[in-house]
Amino acid sequence: MSELRISGLHVEVETESGPKEILKGVNLTVASGEVHAIMGPNGSGKSTLAYSIAGHPKYTITSGSVTLDGVELSQLSVDERARAGLFLAMQYPIEVPGVSVANFLRTAKTALSGEAPAVRTWVKDVNAALDKVGLDGTFAARSLNEGFSGGEKKRHEIAQLELLNPKFAILDETDSGLDIDALRIVSEGVNRYAANGDRGVLLITHYTRILNYIKPDFVHVFVDGHIVEEGGAELAERLEIEGYDRFVKAAKANA
Amino acid sequence: MTAVPNVAEAVEAVVSHLHPTPSWELTDHPLPTGREEVWRFTPLRRLGALLSDAERIGAGLEWDNVLPAGVAIKPISAARARELAVEAPIDRISALAARNSAGGVELAIGANVELSEPIVLTGTGLGGDVAEHLVITVGAFAVATIVIRYRGSAIFADKTDLVVGDGAKVTFVTIADWDADAVHGGHHAVSVGRDAHVRTVTASLGGDVIRLAETARFAGPGGSLEQFGVYFVNAGQHIEHRMFVDHNAPHTVSHVDYRGALQGEDAHSVWVGDVLIRKVAEGITTYETNKNLVLTDGCRADSVPNLEIETGEIEGAGHSSTTGRFDDEQLFYLRSRGIPEDEARRLVVYGFFADIIRRIGVPEVETRLMAAVESELAVLVGGSEEVTA
Repeated sequence: MSELRISGLHVEVETESGPKEILKGVNLTVASGEVHAIMGPNGSGKSTLAYSIAGHPKYTITSGSVTLDGVELSQLSVDERARAGLFLAMQYPIEVPGVSVANFLRTAKTALSGEAPAVRTWVKDVNAALDKVGLDGTFAARSLNEGFSGGEKKRHEIAQLELLNPKFAILDETDSGLDIDALRIVSEGVNRYAANGDRGVLLITHYTRILNYIKPDFVHVFVDGHIVEEGGAELAERLEIEGYDRFVKAAKANA
Repeated sequence: MTAVPNVAEAVEAVVSHLHPTPSWELTDHPLPTGREEVWRFTPLRRLGALLSDAERIGAGLEWDNVLPAGVAIKPISAARARELAVEAPIDRISALAARNSAGGVELAIGANVELSEPIVLTGTGLGGDVAEHLVITVGAFAVATIVIRYRGSAIFADKTDLVVGDGAKVTFVTIADWDADAVHGGHHAVSVGRDAHVRTVTASLGGDVIRLAETARFAGPGGSLEQFGVYFVNAGQHIEHRMFVDHNAPHTVSHVDYRGALQGEDAHSVWVGDVLIRKVAEGITTYETNKNLVLTDGCRADSVPNLEIETGEIEGAGHSSTTGRFDDEQLFYLRSRGIPEDEARRLVVYGFFADIIRRIGVPEVETRLMAAVESELAVLVGGSEEVTA
C-alpha cells in the first residue's frame, strides 16, 4: 500500500513582474489502487500541480509538502523523484533529436531499476508495449519525440507508463488533442496500468470526455490554484452539463 | 536564438563580400594582419609556418591508401594541378600549399565506375611543415565514397579539390584526427556536376588549430550538395570552418549542417557560413545551419551565417545558428524518467551528434565518429565517473 500525499502546497512561478503564486494551498491524498481525476478550467493551475510535483525547475514550492510513502519529494531532484516511484505523462513531451526511443527506454529502465534490463526479454517487452498502444516496431528506432504526431507522443507516454511501471502516475492532459481512436487506446493503457491494483493515478484533464473511458474513484474540481469541490464520478457528469462557470464565479466572489 | 538573414542589398554586386578573389599568386594573398574580415577570428600567431613564404618544397604527409581496383592515384605537375583544380586558392595558406607541394597528386575515378567500397586515404604527419595539393576527379555517372583521414602531428598547408562529373554520386569525408599539437589550415573546393549528388562530411576532432575554408560551386544545373560537419573543441583548441556555397547555376540544392561541442577553458570554435545566390541561379533551394553546444564556462563559439541573394526567383533559402548550453526542457524530460542529470547530459550530447552522424551513410565513418563522440563524453567536464555503455 503506498500513498501520494499533497498537503498545503503553495507554488509560485517567476514572471516578468516578480514571483506569482499559482498553487494556493492544495490538499490531496491518493492511495494506491485509486484513480483521481483533477478537472478544471484553463489557467487554474492543474498543470503547475503536475510539474511542481515532478520537480520542474520553473516552479518553486514556497510551502507545504508532497510525500510519496512518507518521503518528502520536494527535497529530491527530478530524477530522484522518478526513482522514488513517480511518473509524469506530459502534455507536451520534449523532442530529443538523435536519441532513439529504444536507447531512451533502456536508459530510463536501467536508471529506475538500478540494473540493465535482461537483453533477452527487454526488446520483446518494448515491442509489446509499443504494440499495445498501436505503435509498430520501427518506432523504437526513431528519435525521441522528434517528428511524432500529437497522438504518437501521447501513446508513447503511455507505453512508457507500461514499461517503467511506476508506483504513481500523473497524467497531464494526456487526452488533449487526441482523436477518438487514440483516446481509447490511451485510456486502455491507463486502465491496464491501474488494474495492477497497487498503482495510483492522478489524471489531470480539462474535458470530461476521457472519463467515459477511465472511471475515476474521485473527482476534484480545481479552480484558482486549489481544489474547490470533491466528489465521485457523478461530479464529472455534473461538470459535463454545467461546466466550470459556477466554480469560477464562486472563486471570483471569494477573491 | 535564430539569426536574422543578412541579405545583401547591392543587387548588382556579383563578387561575394566574404569570398576573396581566388588566385594562384602568393602576392595576391598578402600576410594577414588579423584585422581582415576573413582573418579576424583566427589566432594568426598560432598558425606559424602556415603563413610564412619561406621555401620548403616537397615535404608532405606519409600516405597509406586503400584503393579499390580501377582507381589510380598519381603525381601530377603543378600546371596540371592548376588546370584540374576547382578554383585557385582563396587564401594565403592554400596558395602556399599549392606552391610548396610543387605539383600535386591526382586521385582519378573514371566515368561510370561504381565503387561499392570506400577509398580510404590516411595521411600521417611526422612533425614539421608539410604541404599537399590533392585533386580528386570523379567522372560522369561514377559512384564513389572517399574518406581522407589525417593523423599524427604536422603544420599542414592543405589544398584539396574535388571535381565531380555530371550525374555522379560522391560522398567525400575528411576526418582530422590530429595529435594535440597539429596545425592544419587550407582550402577544400568542390565542383558539383550537372545533376550530380555530392555529400561532404568534415570532422574536426583533434589538433591545436584547424582552419578550413570549404567552398563549393556548380558546373551545371540540377546538382545537389549536402555538407555535414562535426567538431569537438577542447581547452585551448581553435577550430574554424568557413563555408562558401556559390549557387551559380539554376535548380541546384545545397544543405549545410555543422555541429560542434565545446568544453574547457579557451575552447574556441568559429563557423562562418555564406551562400551566394547569383542572378542566374533561379529555382534553387538552400539551407544552412550551425549548432554549438557549450558544455562548460570559458568557451567561445562564433557563428556567423550569411546569405547573399541576387535573385528572388528561388524555391527557398534560409539559415539558422544556435549556440547554447543544455536545453533545460530536454534534461527535465529525461530526468523525469529517472535518468540522473550527468547521464541525461551525456544522452543529449550523444543525440546532438548522432542526429547528424547517422545521415552520413558510410557505416565505417559513422562508427568511427560515434566512437569519437563516446570518448568525448567520457571526458565531459562536470560529468561523473560512471560512463554508460
